[in-house]
Amino acid sequence: MSKVLIAFQENDESRYIVQAIEQDNPDATVHFEPAMIRIENEGALTINKATVEEMMGCDWEVQSIHVNLLTLTGHIDEDDDYFTIHWNN
Amino acid sequence: MTIEIKTAKMDTVRNTFGHIARRFGDKPATRYQEATYDIAAQTNFHYKPLWDQDHELNDPTRTAIVMEDWYALKDPRQFYYGPYVQSRARMQENAESNFNFFDKRNLAAKLPDGIKENLIKFLIPLRHAEHTANLNNMYCTAYANYCTAVAQATLFEAMDRFGNAQYYSRIGLSLDGNTGDSLVEAKAEWMNNPIWQGLRAYCERTLTIDDWFETFIAQNIVLDTLLDNLYFEQYDVWLSEHGAGDILMLTEFMRERSKESHRWSDSLIKTVVNESDQNADQIKSWISTWRIRAQQALEPLATGLLSEDALAEAYAALAGRLKKIGLAD
Repeated sequence: MSKVLIAFQENDESRYIVQAIEQDNPDATVHFEPAMIRIENEGALTINKATVEEMMGCDWEVQSIHVNLLTLTGHIDEDDDYFTIHWNN
Repeated sequence: MTIEIKTAKMDTVRNTFGHIARRFGDKPATRYQEATYDIAAQTNFHYKPLWDQDHELNDPTRTAIVMEDWYALKDPRQFYYGPYVQSRARMQENAESNFNFFDKRNLAAKLPDGIKENLIKFLIPLRHAEHTANLNNMYCTAYANYCTAVAQATLFEAMDRFGNAQYYSRIGLSLDGNTGDSLVEAKAEWMNNPIWQGLRAYCERTLTIDDWFETFIAQNIVLDTLLDNLYFEQYDVWLSEHGAGDILMLTEFMRERSKESHRWSDSLIKTVVNESDQNADQIKSWISTWRIRAQQALEPLATGLLSEDALAEAYAALAGRLKKIGLAD
């Protein structure tokens, strides 16, 4: 199985997103690189709107992930409530 | 010649402050955590305050509520100074543009007959009640000072309520063409009209409560839930039905703010109630005391404002909220 990857700029806002990812994807590995947070997981990785909102304490649009997104690998499945990357193989 | 670019990775020496790391583990902390947790001094006070020699300067025993860890009462909005000010600035921008719109189109002059008098009699005097809400939350801030998570949130609430009072005044000024006459009339209503005296007495009474958590309950839970329902649910409908829906534009700030603040006070009470039966019983007894006082206080107002059934509907809303936070009888 291949790994999916997503990376964010390291700042206050994306740290909440990373916390949400850690909670929803317990198997994901998080690497704090210089100025970047890289997250890898086997097969798939999901970011849930509800979890991020709970972490941030305010409303959050899934679309605004792009403000801090650096790169990702995997097929994207995006909706109002979640953002998932996965490999079909 | 080939140039090989290498990156050297340097780890930060510390991820966060020692006291934050002891609480949450040694990893990058959020701004809210760093600005909130374990900020207030809890030990090693040199002198007892002259005005209260039974307690330390920052002393959790100033309330009957007991918490193992007061910092469990975190703010789900995660407000510290920065995000609080940003969020209110955004809301204020909206409110300002609503007021500008209202004034520019001269909507005050287009209100149906009698609405202006109704607003001066029933809506503008609320600025005095909001001022009490400011003082009460300031009181909570002053005596919950041993726990920054609570004290900063009650301080924000206090400033919000001050803002509300100013917006009620602005509505008055929009109605009377900036002469201030409506504020004088509204003050006279608040001071002399029998329908307001119950609420005025309730307000003054809350100012004399000793236990800051009881103040919190009497103000932010009991009174606010009832007034919010009366004004922002029922009176809203009444205004729309009487062709004065434009006014809702001017009270939108209060409505939005109160919804947001309920998220915080709900979560705070829920945590306290879940901590122990003793806390739950204490809060229930405060609520039953103050809901009876509020009933007497608001009856003439609710009847004058809407109808005889209005207060019962507001009490149903209060019961709903209490049930939601685990305080159903």
